[in-house]
Amino acid sequence: MAIAYPVDESVATQRWRVRLGQVPVFPSLILIALVLTAVFAAFLAPHNPTEGDIMRKLVPPVWMQRGTWEHPLGTDRFGRDVLSRIIYGSQISLIVSLLVIGVAGIVGTLVGLIAGYRGGITDAILMRLTDIGLSLPTVLIAVVLVAVSEPSFRNVVLVISLLLWPRFARQIRGETLALKEQDFVALAVVAGRSSRWIISRHIFPNVVPTLLVICTLQVGYVILLEGSLSFLGVGVPPPQPAWGLMIAEGRGFLATAWWMSLFPGLAMLLTVLAVNLLGDWLRDRLDPKLRQV
Amino acid sequence: MIRYLVGRVLQTLLSMLVVISIVFVLTRLSGNPVNLLLDVNATQRDIDILTHHLGLDKPLPVQYSLYVKNVVQGDFGKSILTRRPVTEHIWERLPATVELGSVAMFLSVMLGVPIGVYSAVRRGGFLDSSARVFAVLGQSLPPFWLGLMLILLFGVILGVLPAGGRGGPQHILLPAFTLGYFTSAAIMRLTRSSMLEVLGTDYIKFARLKGLHEQIVLWKHSLKNALLPVVTFAVMLFVQFLGGAVVTETVFAWPGLGRLILESITTRDYPIVQAGVLVLSALYLVGNLMVDVLYSWLNPKIRYRSSAS
Repeated sequence: MAIAYPVDESVATQRWRVRLGQVPVFPSLILIALVLTAVFAAFLAPHNPTEGDIMRKLVPPVWMQRGTWEHPLGTDRFGRDVLSRIIYGSQISLIVSLLVIGVAGIVGTLVGLIAGYRGGITDAILMRLTDIGLSLPTVLIAVVLVAVSEPSFRNVVLVISLLLWPRFARQIRGETLALKEQDFVALAVVAGRSSRWIISRHIFPNVVPTLLVICTLQVGYVILLEGSLSFLGVGVPPPQPAWGLMIAEGRGFLATAWWMSLFPGLAMLLTVLAVNLLGDWLRDRLDPKLRQV
Repeated sequence: MIRYLVGRVLQTLLSMLVVISIVFVLTRLSGNPVNLLLDVNATQRDIDILTHHLGLDKPLPVQYSLYVKNVVQGDFGKSILTRRPVTEHIWERLPATVELGSVAMFLSVMLGVPIGVYSAVRRGGFLDSSARVFAVLGQSLPPFWLGLMLILLFGVILGVLPAGGRGGPQHILLPAFTLGYFTSAAIMRLTRSSMLEVLGTDYIKFARLKGLHEQIVLWKHSLKNALLPVVTFAVMLFVQFLGGAVVTETVFAWPGLGRLILESITTRDYPIVQAGVLVLSALYLVGNLMVDVLYSWLNPKIRYRSSAS
């Protein structure tokens, strides 16, 4: 009931509150924990993530024989603390996905808005580009692009962004096409407003819910793709504690030191799971149209 | 229909040209091939001769058109490492990738369709709920980690399945499951929603009223019609497998095309990398084209929508 809301809330805030309702607990908690971990990594991590004590290599987790509280999740082949590396690794996953979503989101949204609003030849060209981008085998192209252009943090972000923006462009263009036919846009045109004004004041605010949903749903994909690149040795270079890299480093030690691969993978699984659950929920709340098989 | 077809074919050709261009630019970025081909103590004259022989002294646009021409004719050059034609290397590895993709698709369908049908029939039941968990997990599991954990469980701890390589049927089980897990979840959800739709139609109600056995209604009358979108989807998945095979093949040391590409990246054998990427991308693009055409032929709604936009 409307009376339940405090009077000083603006109409927009109220509308968002009604749209969102109850936030799901489990994914939110995990994501909050992840962000806090990444921000306070320096305080939380018991050891240096990149320098280990070679004398204490391959120490098992604390609950096993030979395990110590010094290294709760064990150490890797260089004696680096697995827990500390996972904690610092959260920074990489988080920063990569934020940057990629930022770059790809801005480019894709702009392309979508312009193509949808302008129509005609602009739309045709931009959408053909988008179609081509969507038709490429993502993992394969990403691997080869990063590998040849020297694996580095910057190149990973750039390549994934390059492959991701069409996903934004397509959806945003569809929304824009529908919005363009609305009366309030027609009125703004009659009032003599410029295209830029109409796009930024009338169209863009209305695509924000869709944009939020796509962003959230793509975060998990970006983390998995970054993980795959790191795992294949063409991602963020060692000795950085990227989760995918840690899993790859444990590959040769499955029989003797399984904890090297198991724990970073669990961290990745939990993170992606939380983001996806949150994305599904957001989609149902904000934009049921996006729901697909 | 013709207009849609022509447009779709043109778009596929354009995509292919983009891939070729990416690969061409990569060859320029990856350093001068002459330095890779020649000995360290080669003279300037050797370098000049080879540069001329490879056509690297020509202007870039000419080099580009020559490159496109060679690729279209199926000439990918020779491997830097083995000196054998690149096509031979590709043909050696392609069967393994296709085999893995086919088995993965078979597994996803065999797993996804029956579970999907039962989820639809017993909506909200135990199997339906667990299938939902299975599907959500499928979206979130890092495939390379899933593969390693399967090796840990079945190869190391239980010791019942080999950890890698290609050989008998026991070798393909783990990689195919890893590759197919995500997609079997997707097939399951698609079968479920498709079945729910069909089960609500009049002819199913009629079949039940006639007193037909429930199993016949389910598997013969309903599934047959519900399967249409699933079949096209399955073909699309097979195509996806080709693109995603790099990761799975690496985890299980599966001697396929994806693995070949990654090995060649490490040894800087760029002709093989280029050809591998081109072949996999071509298969991927043509496969997707076939799916789209098949789907629009089966489902006229798609056709009208695309010609309207």
